[in-house]
Amino acid sequence: MNNLLIWPLLVPLLTAAVLVLFRKKIAFQRWVSAIGSIAGLAVALVLVAQVKQNGIQTLFMSGWAPPYGIVFVADMTSALLILATALIGMFIVFFSIGSIDNERQSHFYFPLLHFLLVGVSGSFLTGDIFNLFVCFEVMLISSYALIVLGGTKLQLKETIKYVLINVVSSTLFVAAVAYLYGVTGALNMADLSVKVAEAGQDGILNVIAILFLIVFSLKAGLLLFFWLPGSYSAPPAAVIALFGALLTKVGVYTLVRVFTLIFNGDPAVTHTWIAWMAGVTMIMGALGALAYRDIPRILNYNVIISIGFIAFGLATANADALSGVVFYLLHDMAAKALLFILGGLIIQAAGTGNLDEMGGLLKRHPALGWMFFVTALALAGIPPLSGFPGKLQIITGGFAGGHYWLAAISLLTSFIVLYSLVRVFMAAFWGEERKKLPLDSDDGKKRSLSGFQMNRPGLLLPAAGLLIIIIAMGVGAEWIYPFVEQAGHTLLNPAEYVQAILKE
Amino acid sequence: MELYMSITIGVLFTIGVYLLLSKSLLRIILGTSFLTHGVHLLLLTMSKLKTGAPPLLGEEAQSYTDPLPQALILTSIVISFGVTSFLLVLAYKSYQKLGTDDMEKLREDTE
Repeated sequence: MNNLLIWPLLVPLLTAAVLVLFRKKIAFQRWVSAIGSIAGLAVALVLVAQVKQNGIQTLFMSGWAPPYGIVFVADMTSALLILATALIGMFIVFFSIGSIDNERQSHFYFPLLHFLLVGVSGSFLTGDIFNLFVCFEVMLISSYALIVLGGTKLQLKETIKYVLINVVSSTLFVAAVAYLYGVTGALNMADLSVKVAEAGQDGILNVIAILFLIVFSLKAGLLLFFWLPGSYSAPPAAVIALFGALLTKVGVYTLVRVFTLIFNGDPAVTHTWIAWMAGVTMIMGALGALAYRDIPRILNYNVIISIGFIAFGLATANADALSGVVFYLLHDMAAKALLFILGGLIIQAAGTGNLDEMGGLLKRHPALGWMFFVTALALAGIPPLSGFPGKLQIITGGFAGGHYWLAAISLLTSFIVLYSLVRVFMAAFWGEERKKLPLDSDDGKKRSLSGFQMNRPGLLLPAAGLLIIIIAMGVGAEWIYPFVEQAGHTLLNPAEYVQAILKE
Repeated sequence: MELYMSITIGVLFTIGVYLLLSKSLLRIILGTSFLTHGVHLLLLTMSKLKTGAPPLLGEEAQSYTDPLPQALILTSIVISFGVTSFLLVLAYKSYQKLGTDDMEKLREDTE
């Protein structure tokens, strides 16, 4: 029992609850948001330190011993993801302060952002599959409001699709939970792990596993990503950075959790599905990244490629691959947040998201240009940046597990990631300097990242902070490795997780 | 009893999917409601329909009904209630701003 586990939820929840009351006081909103997000980071650091020292931490709500009641569990994977969430949440709060217009800020932007963090942290920490559904909904409902906030025509259109897709997938989620409860009579994930292993995973349980795979793939954008490029083009840059960094990763985390802990009995079926889905996702994401010539779409297809790559690590599911998955998840959260922040700034500077209409920004925005370039290298996995260690481990694991084709596809798509981003860099920063186009956000046609209000120089600071983290994660990989290895070890040996919860 | 419930659930899912595939936004929203109702009944049925005992478990209880499905359904109803009302407001607002509730037309305008 460790009461610390509730704090990653409690801090953003309290922050949001206070902020809802003072809608009009923008300065107050900004200060409290910043303080709340820094407090969240402090809690996350303590949590990681405790898990490192004392192993898996648990919290039984209201003292109901498992398998009854709701449990919160922090193994190393959860703790590290909580840390990444808190860190990225903090930088995005800082970026939002300068980049989100006052109109949005006075209409509950910050409370919604913190509610979203509550849902994300809850999804990472919960050890109960129905509670996972509830945390998902907290996160999704905040994201519905964030994506439509501002109410431009494009946002309204995309929100309708986004909400409908998620309502349907949530319905399937409840159906999958119903089937699982009918078959096993359990909701606690550790208990489920034991019961599914006892029953032997075949027939009906495999069907349920595939149903869960479909549900979480819809949320993560694994193969079923058709909704993602459109929906993630509509809201302001800060919101997309938040979504691209956190929302899809929550889906990936639940895939990893469910298929390492509960449905690990029949990898010949489930993990083969995941492997195929991963391969197709990477290829289609790469095609999308090559096909489009406007920045939001290219960046969104890059999100899809990385989801496919992480799923490749999950499909392999050996020691190297799983610790690689954790490392790559951490890297990708930071790098995607940074990528969308920089993409938003480029569009702000050029006045358009279309590559054909921009050029020569390097003269006026040298720092922005080189930061984007370094981020592109990190995403492609060039050492010594943060993308390299995770990618190396996943591909090493893939070779050891005999997934030669997937390893080849992922290496090839790494090149395409680099190519597509360097193409953005060249089009935006090289060539002749062009006149800045007026940012037109409400004609419903132009896919611009609307909602910027000013050209503050301070907007580069949060991006610089994230860039330092990415470089540090790459250079200091040796220092991060013990943490990641511990996380991968628990994922590989679900008995440890079960033991920590059902010890008596 | 389980058989009748299964048929009801099937009918609800059919109606829900049929409405989801229609063009009008309002029908689609009703479709999601039907789907969630179907899934709630599914949750109740899957955890075995028991009657004749209170959902309370004392030290010497002879028989009891599993109270968990009700708790889950209640949570899920609250969530779907909130989301449906959000969707209705969203549909109203987009009808005002975009001038149509036809999904085909909404798609054309984006291109």
